[in-house]
Amino acid sequence: MSANQQMAAKYKNSFLKEVEDQVEMGEWVKMCMQCGVCSGSCPTNFHPGWEHPPQEIFMMIRAGKREEVLTSPSMWMCTSCYNCIVRCPRKLPITHIMHGLANYAHRLGVAPKGQPTRAFSKLFWNNAIATGRVNELKLSIGLYFKDAEGKINIGQGIKQGLAMQKVALGLLKAKRLNPFEIFGGHKCKDQKGIHAMLKKARELEEKRKAIKA
Amino acid sequence: MAEEKKFAAYICKGCGLGERLDADKLAGIAQKEGKMQVVKQHDFLCNADGVAMIKNDIANEGVTHIMIGACSRRAKTEAFYFPNNAVTRANLREGVIWIRPDTEEARETTQDMAEDYIRMGCAEVKAMTAPGGNVNTGSNRTLLVVGGGVTGMTAALEASKTGYPVVLVEKTGALGGWAAKLWKRIPVHEPFKAPADTGVSDLVAQVEADPSIKVYLNSTIAKTDGAPGRFVVEIATESGGINTEDIGSIIQATGFELYDANKLPHLGYGKSPNVVDQAGLEALAKAANGGPILRPSDGKPVTSVAFVQCAGQRDPSGEHLPYCSGYCCNASIKQAMYFKDGNPAIDTTVIYTDLRTPGNGEDFYRSAQEKGVIFTKGKVGSVAANGNNCTVNFHDLILDDQNAQIEADLVVLATGQVPNSGVNIDMTAEEKADDDAAEAAATEASAASGQPMQFSKKVSVLNLSYRQGTDVPQFKWGFTDSHFICFPYETRRTGIYTAGPVRRPMDMVQAREDATGAALKAIQALENAQLGRAAHPRSGDLSFPKVRLEGCTQCKRCTVECPFGAIDEDERRFPLFNESRCRRCGTCMGACPVRVISFENYSVDTVGSQIKAVDIPDEFSEKPRILILACENDAYPALDMAAMKRNEYSAFVRVIPVRCLGSVNTIWITDALNAGYDGVMLMGCKHGEEYQCHFVKGSELGRYRLSKVGDTLKNMNLETERVKDLEVAITDIDNLPRIINEYAQQIVDMGMSPFKGF
Amino acid sequence: MAKKQYAFYPGCSSQKGASASNYLTSVESMCKTLDIQLTEIPDWNCCGASIGYGEAGELPRHVMNARNFALAETNLPGQDIVATCAACWLGAKESKERIEHSSLLLADTQEALKEAGLQIKVMPEIRHMAEVLVEDFGFEELGKHVKNPLKGLKFAGYVGCQTNRPFGIAGENFENPMYLDKIIETMGGEAVPYDQKVTCCGGALAFSEPEKAQAQIKDIVESAYDNGAEMIVTPCPLCQANVEIYQGHINNKYNTKFNIPVLYYSQLMTIAYGGSAKDAGLNGQVIRAPKLEAIAK
Ligand code: SF4
Ligand code: SF4
Ligand code: SF4
Ligand code: SF4
Ligand code: SF4
Ligand code: SF4
Repeated sequence: MSANQQMAAKYKNSFLKEVEDQVEMGEWVKMCMQCGVCSGSCPTNFHPGWEHPPQEIFMMIRAGKREEVLTSPSMWMCTSCYNCIVRCPRKLPITHIMHGLANYAHRLGVAPKGQPTRAFSKLFWNNAIATGRVNELKLSIGLYFKDAEGKINIGQGIKQGLAMQKVALGLLKAKRLNPFEIFGGHKCKDQKGIHAMLKKARELEEKRKAIKA
Repeated sequence: MAEEKKFAAYICKGCGLGERLDADKLAGIAQKEGKMQVVKQHDFLCNADGVAMIKNDIANEGVTHIMIGACSRRAKTEAFYFPNNAVTRANLREGVIWIRPDTEEARETTQDMAEDYIRMGCAEVKAMTAPGGNVNTGSNRTLLVVGGGVTGMTAALEASKTGYPVVLVEKTGALGGWAAKLWKRIPVHEPFKAPADTGVSDLVAQVEADPSIKVYLNSTIAKTDGAPGRFVVEIATESGGINTEDIGSIIQATGFELYDANKLPHLGYGKSPNVVDQAGLEALAKAANGGPILRPSDGKPVTSVAFVQCAGQRDPSGEHLPYCSGYCCNASIKQAMYFKDGNPAIDTTVIYTDLRTPGNGEDFYRSAQEKGVIFTKGKVGSVAANGNNCTVNFHDLILDDQNAQIEADLVVLATGQVPNSGVNIDMTAEEKADDDAAEAAATEASAASGQPMQFSKKVSVLNLSYRQGTDVPQFKWGFTDSHFICFPYETRRTGIYTAGPVRRPMDMVQAREDATGAALKAIQALENAQLGRAAHPRSGDLSFPKVRLEGCTQCKRCTVECPFGAIDEDERRFPLFNESRCRRCGTCMGACPVRVISFENYSVDTVGSQIKAVDIPDEFSEKPRILILACENDAYPALDMAAMKRNEYSAFVRVIPVRCLGSVNTIWITDALNAGYDGVMLMGCKHGEEYQCHFVKGSELGRYRLSKVGDTLKNMNLETERVKDLEVAITDIDNLPRIINEYAQQIVDMGMSPFKGF
Repeated sequence: MAKKQYAFYPGCSSQKGASASNYLTSVESMCKTLDIQLTEIPDWNCCGASIGYGEAGELPRHVMNARNFALAETNLPGQDIVATCAACWLGAKESKERIEHSSLLLADTQEALKEAGLQIKVMPEIRHMAEVLVEDFGFEELGKHVKNPLKGLKFAGYVGCQTNRPFGIAGENFENPMYLDKIIETMGGEAVPYDQKVTCCGGALAFSEPEKAQAQIKDIVESAYDNGAEMIVTPCPLCQANVEIYQGHINNKYNTKFNIPVLYYSQLMTIAYGGSAKDAGLNGQVIRAPKLEAIAK
């Protein structure tokens, strides 16, 4: 059974409960009063609209629409602008719930394949933790030459890379992108410690979630 | 008081009047044209010296009638308080200098205006007498409270605590009303998180222990006769006998019934015992007594429940209740907690279109969310019953899913409050037929479903012996509410107050507040009645209508039109005034075709003589005259306030305050037009459903009467625009001057009236 | 005024040769004038940034920040941590709040930190540089150092999201924060009012959802232009980069002719304090700011 199937079986009647236990800040979902302020405040909900803006996602969770929520690209559209958070009359940490849902869907392996933000997020994090600091050059190369599953996709990369060429050249000229980063670049000294620490953190988090489930 | 009349005019020169006006000339007019025996000027009339001067004239010079040419009659009322004299004012400040520009060109017309107001004041005061007070008063100090629910009991206790004895009549065998049928109530104290004890048994105990509250159970009101201060109430008691009580004033706290769920078969009511209304759920909760609530169809514990909000309410189609009862959202939240607090695993869903939980209800709502009650925004289309289960079909309004469904063991319908206000005395024959048919249908539905039906609307509550009908007139949707802004407690029956959900939909907290307010109003009413004083809005007024029966043609207009049902009929079929029921609006006076009704200080003559006193310049003067009859409740104060803001308006107008548009007798208009006025403006409060009239029906009746003036104009060969009816609110401070000026211009354009100088 | 000392957290983008290196240059110059001593936290690591959420999960994000807290507190005891990047500040502050709020999370964090041989004993304060300027100095003090007022220059103060929400600078309004406008005015420039002051630049979605992000950037730049701004000023590296470097793409797509310089407040301050174009890192602009360069000493 996949992780996803396991969870679905465990919480068969209540997706809301599942979200409360497993998703960061998920226990807030029930407190939404459906006023719609978040959806109206969300900048990326307009060019064009999200498939399901935050208010709707909360309603779907309560209505038990597990599949639709977890596979939706919507929460990956969040730019972390925090507009919704400061405006929500019920003080829901909406941004974090969006991130939490995205992360949960990603963990279960049901988040939309090829979702660019998902891919970027993964790349970014892995890039950051590899040395402890972000290597912006490798990050960009990774972004444009790999698809969401992390496989190198030359054709796509060249297309996007070309589109971004001007940008990169501009940064290069302004000394804000360093071509030598490819050979190492910025990094922390105690990488070993960082890796050990993160490994532990993951273990602990999984343990906590398992207790709830 | 001396029978000899002595008239005095006092002209003030303070507040800039002396600089703007020729006071000597005004004094001369008062003396020569106004025929005032004493005429004095003063630099600052309202100061101690000025007032002492007037008092001295009253005491030592035998002055009986006083005309004060100074500020508006709404200013300095305490300084110029001479209760034993006939007093009037010429409004030179707000009515003249404050609304006119201080320029050389305007000087003449401003002075003209002031002179006319002096003439008018003198003419008016000569037609007045000081009110002698009502002699037909009663001094009963006992309150009657009808209805022994939370509202009634609260009113009774509050009145008793204030020192007034109470008779409390309850039609059932026990006190407590609706609240006694509840398992728990919506919380009223911090932290507003869980259902609370109803507190009803405590209230009942307090009432029972109170020696000045006399309780009649299983009793109804057989007859209510009399007027405030001297009501005689017959109570039909359990034994079948009649007890008579002397009553000062009455509080009707007859509460509500839930909207008849038999009218909602599409929501499953009557089709399955598992569909109940909120009262039904309270009964189930009471039966469970803290244990699991059982499904009526098979007695198994409920595992899932759905609440359908606004069932038969907020219905725009006209089939069901059009309004929101305001309390049922909180009630459903409370009932959802009955389940969640006992067993968090029970699925509870509240389906709503808007959740309305004002005030601390918000905390309660949040608490329910914390407890895991699911709130779904949707519109329920139907509830299908299948065996022991129900399916709620609804349109999910957030996800826009037309075919959303919820399965539930139990469905609770949040039906609303229908007031128990007795017979609708204003019902037309047609409405009555509709009502009868509806009631027959409901009886049938109830018989078919076995579910109890609502009370009948054909049974009177108070059985008033008033000529206009047995119950308090209803306002909207059967509620007995009154003017929503200015005086919410007043009904159209003086000394009878309604409180609680019979007045408007409300919850228990509001009902208790309402009961307290009504108790105080009722006490005030019986005290006023004893002193012969009017209630709101002319509170304290000692005048009352007097009728010269010799001239009466028994046309009955006064008895029919009185908005407060003050006038009955005697054995000879003449109008019989009950002064203590009267609010002094003057509608009867305005209605009487032979003009035999008058007040000592307000009559056809007091206004008529003012109209005639105005100096009408000839046709070629280019000085038209426009008469304004302004309601003293809103229009006249609005004009005063416009003056305070120095909003200017035309010098062609002459304003006379009237008690209500309803008191305007058409003869005034005919007289004015005959005398050569070029236009007449009538300013009164808004009428109709959203009325603002302080006498509820006065402005409506007045306007109806005035709508007939068109014929008079036609007969006189005058343009219909020469009479203008305006709806004025107290806030029209800036509009009013503009409208007056536009109208004045319109009259100038139209040309002068040909009736001048006749 | 006595020297003020802070534990400095530059963050990944403000390192030498990184996308916001010009920011760092100008901050250093500005701090010299204000007598601020920034000591880099030894061996600091990435804050995880908002966008890391998809892969990271909660605890790993917090421990990354916690490691920086522990390092700062051990090596630079008693000093507030100051970040120049809005996202770093926000991410760190969020971790601090959560850890402080939950004893469970604190325990887990400490356990993970142990693996790197660290521990949090005292939780340091986390401040943004703009916060330090406004709160620890105040506009009056900041104004005292102005030698070369930016007379006649019109700036659109672009506050954006993350220095403004959800924490913001104390006393400011989320919908219309004034601190940046006040800094501009204190430096002698003119802050033009415009309606996109707190609009999101798209953040990390500029990479993954360029269409959406560029639509927002277009609104921002357009509104700045329409209201007469000659330059845009911001306190956030991501805002700076997004609004500056995509103007070409936007011009292609929307047929516009945008070419407006996007600067950091610290660059303005450096110039106003009499620094050179180089001190202010003006050579680091992709879209050069000739008007500011002209006025520079
Ligand atoms: S703003 Fe808050 S309460 Fe309103 S819909 Fe969004 S999450 Fe719900
Ligand atoms: S934080 Fe995310 S969900 Fe909230 S308004 Fe911004 S983009 Fe939308
Ligand atoms: S307030 Fe009235 S009475 Fe007093 S000085 Fe003024 S106008 Fe005269
Ligand atoms: S209180 Fe709630 S349930 Fe009752 S009518 Fe109003 S909105 Fe509907
Ligand atoms: S119409 Fe008015 S004044 Fe006349 S009796 Fe009725 S309440 Fe009194
Ligand atoms: S309106 Fe006048 S005439 Fe008619 S019944 Fe009344 S008093 Fe008599």
